[in-house]
Amino acid sequence: MTINLLLQNIANGLSLGSLYALIAIGYTMVYGILRLINFAHGEIFMLAPYFLYFGILIFHLPWWASTIVAIGLTAFTGMLSERIAYKPLRDAPRISALISAIGVSFFLQNLAVVVFSGIPKSVHRPIFFTKIYQFGEIRIQSTLFASIGVSIIFLSLLLYIIYQTKTGLAMRAISRDIETSRLMGVGVNRAISITFAIGSALAAVGGILWSLRFPQIFPTMGMIPGLKAFIAAVVGGIGSIPGAMLGGLILGMSEILFVTFLPALSGYRDAFVFFILIIILLVKPDGILGIKVQEKV
Amino acid sequence: MLKVENLNVFYGGIHALKGVTFQVPKCKITTLIGANGAGKSTTLRAICSLVKSQVGRITFQDKNITNIPTDDIVKMGVAMVPEGRKIFPNLSVKENLDLGAFTREDKAEIARDLKWIYELFPRLKERLWQKGGTLSGGEQQMLAVARGLMSRPKLLMLDEPSLGLAPLLVKDIIEVIQKICQEGITILLVEQNAFAALKISDYAYVLETGCLVLTGSGEDLLNDAKVKKAYLGE
Ligand SMILES: Nc1ncnc2c1ncn2[C@@H]1O[C@H](COP(=O)(O)OP(=O)(O)O)[C@@H](O)[C@H]1O
Ligand SMILES: [Mg+2]
Repeated sequence: MTINLLLQNIANGLSLGSLYALIAIGYTMVYGILRLINFAHGEIFMLAPYFLYFGILIFHLPWWASTIVAIGLTAFTGMLSERIAYKPLRDAPRISALISAIGVSFFLQNLAVVVFSGIPKSVHRPIFFTKIYQFGEIRIQSTLFASIGVSIIFLSLLLYIIYQTKTGLAMRAISRDIETSRLMGVGVNRAISITFAIGSALAAVGGILWSLRFPQIFPTMGMIPGLKAFIAAVVGGIGSIPGAMLGGLILGMSEILFVTFLPALSGYRDAFVFFILIIILLVKPDGILGIKVQEKV
Repeated sequence: MLKVENLNVFYGGIHALKGVTFQVPKCKITTLIGANGAGKSTTLRAICSLVKSQVGRITFQDKNITNIPTDDIVKMGVAMVPEGRKIFPNLSVKENLDLGAFTREDKAEIARDLKWIYELFPRLKERLWQKGGTLSGGEQQMLAVARGLMSRPKLLMLDEPSLGLAPLLVKDIIEVIQKICQEGITILLVEQNAFAALKISDYAYVLETGCLVLTGSGEDLLNDAKVKKAYLGE
């Protein structure tokens, strides 16, 4: 293994990791506020590249405009799914909302098969994203830079919203104590909708970056990345936003390095991710940055 | 200022309040006393629409506020300091105060109110950047009251603010409540610690298993034989 190859793989790992991080945020934010694992999040991720694809194909939008529309539509779909499938169950036992989430996941997947068809489609990639940069012996695809750069921008924006704005303050309060937040005059329904919108928008960004890396899109494409991002959220400490970012990076990096160092075992890369999950759950069940979350009463 | 008429609250099959009627007059201290489980907290929670199933009529400044969303009630000028303080332990003292002012947009006025809060509770100013969870019980209670004031309420409801505090701190809290009332904020106080509360009350009600059984001025109740026996331990 040369140093160059290692650097190249680190770039690879960072880029994959930042995608996981973008998706993991949605799991962790929703869990933080509702103690709900939103199984439909992977499907939300899948919808974004489809919206992008049809924005270009049917409405002849330029790539960037279609991207913006796709992010908006995906955020809206995420918000809508909460209103329809989770809000009516807010006072029901937690398992009901969980089952409802599984339902939304199947529903969106099958809806995608019906509406978009199950045949994989190839998303248009702007020329810029197919470029390959050469640094000495290292060859890096421009999509790697794009994923890392875009992720940094969006994750910084997220941290700003959460820690510097009133909306973020309300979200942090709700994640601790919904009833007392209400007493402070926080509109809880609105804050939960915003949470879903933000989480889904980040998943959409992740989905679109994903489609630059892997241009083939299909209705079940959200399952594995969704699952891995969920694992990333758990590894980082579910409920913790910095934790989701860290978890995503760790997962992406170890997955790439695993394949690099043990190419013979590369077929087991998904299994390896579960292996990491099991180790973390055994060693530090609350995740790396997790705080013990009290059970809601 | 606040009128509660024939209020009934049910928790599933439990009939927690059975037709409670009372009034809270403007710029006065009104106290609700009663044993544990009498329904005092339920009454305050019903006023803020925090309970699910309530029947009756609650009016605040002649507007019907029965079952309207809690944030709208807060915006109209009702604040509650909940039982057990309910400080956000993961947020700093300043952030807790900011949340208290969540419904307000008037930055300059908020800054002025913060100054007043710091005069009222000098301890809080020293601990502004500490997490709420690291404060002592007394400091948390002060913060809970301060947070309630940050919405600049017309009516401040306090649910057992003296619970679990040392006698000296209880005295502080009682004094603070009097000071707040002198600023023109109407007080609805709920207490088991009846003696201290009745002493500063203009009006008082006694609640027993979901029914109001006695009414009078604070002084009347302090001298009432039944109250003495049941709540003042004489
Ligand atoms: N969330 C709840 N679910 C079921 N019963 C409740 C609930 N909260 C209070 N109760 C019942 O309602 C009655 C009044 O309670 P509460 O208002 O808390 O009394 P107090 O504040 O006077 O001690 C009690 O019998 C209590 O057990
Ligand atoms: Mg109580």
